Amino acid sequence: MKIDYDKWEEIFESLGRHKLRTFLTALAVWWGIFMLVLLVGLSNGLRNSFERDFSKGAKNALFMWGDRTSMPYNGLKPGREVDFDMRDYETLINDTEGVQIVSGRFNFWGDYSVTRNNKSFSYNVQAVHPSIKKIQFTKLDKGRFINNNDIDNTRKSIVVGHQVIADLFEEDEEPIGEFIKIKGTEYMIVGVSEKGERDWENRNIFLPISTAQRIHAGRDRVHSFALTVDATTIEEVEAIEATIRSKMATNHQFDPEDTQAIGMWNKLERYQEFQMIFSGMKGFTWFVGIGSIIAGMIGVSNIMLIVVKDRTREIGVRKALGATPRNIISMIVTEAVFLTSIAGYLGLLMGFGLIYTLSYIQKTQNIDLDFFYNPEVDFGAVMIALVVLIISGALSGLIPAIQAVKINPVVAMKS
Amino acid sequence: MIQLNEIRKSYNTEFTSLEVLKGIDLTINEGEFVSIMGSSGSGKSTLLNILGILDEYDSGEYLLDGRLIKNLTQTQAAQYRNKFLGFVFQSFNLLSFKMAWENVALPLYYQKVDRAIRKERAIEYLDKVGLKDWANHYPNQMSGGQQQRVAIARALITEPRVILADEPTGALDTQTSYDVMNIFKEVHEQGMTVIIVTHEEDISAKTQRVIRLQDGDIISS
Repeated sequence: MKIDYDKWEEIFESLGRHKLRTFLTALAVWWGIFMLVLLVGLSNGLRNSFERDFSKGAKNALFMWGDRTSMPYNGLKPGREVDFDMRDYETLINDTEGVQIVSGRFNFWGDYSVTRNNKSFSYNVQAVHPSIKKIQFTKLDKGRFINNNDIDNTRKSIVVGHQVIADLFEEDEEPIGEFIKIKGTEYMIVGVSEKGERDWENRNIFLPISTAQRIHAGRDRVHSFALTVDATTIEEVEAIEATIRSKMATNHQFDPEDTQAIGMWNKLERYQEFQMIFSGMKGFTWFVGIGSIIAGMIGVSNIMLIVVKDRTREIGVRKALGATPRNIISMIVTEAVFLTSIAGYLGLLMGFGLIYTLSYIQKTQNIDLDFFYNPEVDFGAVMIALVVLIISGALSGLIPAIQAVKINPVVAMKS
Repeated sequence: MIQLNEIRKSYNTEFTSLEVLKGIDLTINEGEFVSIMGSSGSGKSTLLNILGILDEYDSGEYLLDGRLIKNLTQTQAAQYRNKFLGFVFQSFNLLSFKMAWENVALPLYYQKVDRAIRKERAIEYLDKVGLKDWANHYPNQMSGGQQQRVAIARALITEPRVILADEPTGALDTQTSYDVMNIFKEVHEQGMTVIIVTHEEDISAKTQRVIRLQDGDIISS
């Protein structure tokens, strides 16, 4: 196709004659597209961050911890603390329908440090059952995870995260078989877990729950349980939660209706809530984004109407000299499409630029934000946005163009 | 060249109907230099608009160079105007943001003539009206007489069959008016059909034939 230089010359001239007007119109379109890209990118970043956390570990995981009773029961006053122990573990494993695998958790509370060769740091130390591996999907780089032998023999075996190795060991040192000291007790490293993206994942230290109970509690205390349930719907999860609560109520003498006595958090329900929130957010994002594009489009249309009014006489002259309706429409529509496309394209480019800069900085600087991860805008959405832009440019030029075609040259030239 | 048979035109509003042309019969032959005279309200502007295919008529027949000009689409009308007619207006109607030669070349743009050829032809026609050296000036850098000469060059560039001029001297002083009329005379002498609408006797006196219009009728031609 031959490029019509004259047409383009006229378009640039027309735009250049009213620089401020052109700039403000372009700004409206630019802003619309820029915001759309930014909103989509940021909401995807938020979503990806949540998806990443949810994808770690079993989807049907359930966590529970002892809390305080809120109802009187069997002559017992409310406000009693519920402390889990190994009896609850047995109940959950052998006597609770719907529960698949269970791990107890014993936390090391308070201020203490983990030391080796005069280096000392603090980490997240938790004593667990081997089955935690199947609930949290823990993967290993080296060695093995805590096993039943460790539990049965109360061995002082530990599995550590990458940061622990980085902090306490030299680069060429082999950590497996080495000892580190936690709260005054020497433990032997039997495994190193795979490096995770989140900082806290690399600061985990796992040891057998039986060992921790013997050394640090003196009894079979369990702080919390992690388990998986045989459920795919929220109704099923809630039914299993009720079963668990009533079993625990028997063990600990509280009202089965007392939802305060033990805390429960199940991933399935949260995940569905989260998905609803995000589909709502996605809809909102597009609503706002498309809204701003339409606002920009109306802006362009208005400006083109003014342009046509301004150029009534000129259009009249052109018609007298032989411009066909097609010539006139093409002139106005091309100008509108050009303006929206350039402004929109710049908006796209800058929106993308910002999103990718954020993403790049986060990756290279290793900034781990809880609510922001890998912001992205998919290519398909961009192509749609581009097509919408060009069509909206054409539409916004069309009404003024039809107006221009209706101009009566005789009247126009008399004015 | 131009033949009008029983041309009628009226403007209807909600309450009134104003008959502006009451059955015009007129023949203008090729190569004639004609003026159409009449006071305001005589219908001369309407007649010119019909001749210029800028307006439609209600009944009758208009033949331009043997072609019946009736019920044309906007596109056809535009093409006929471009090919067969050259317009000169009272207020020049040059595009202020275009140089003289670009104004002259504009009708050729709508004929899809190459830019280089357009420029060449435009300068050739500017030369004919004595403004070759002003090719790169903008209209606001030129006098009224010069602007009207540029407009005449623009009307001539497509080599039309008829030149239609609507009060071409209306905005000019007497001496400049005569200069402009001399150019029309030269154009006529080269064989072009020229029709000038005016209300000034001294201007119409410079043409070969005067058609007088009164209240929508031709009273002498």
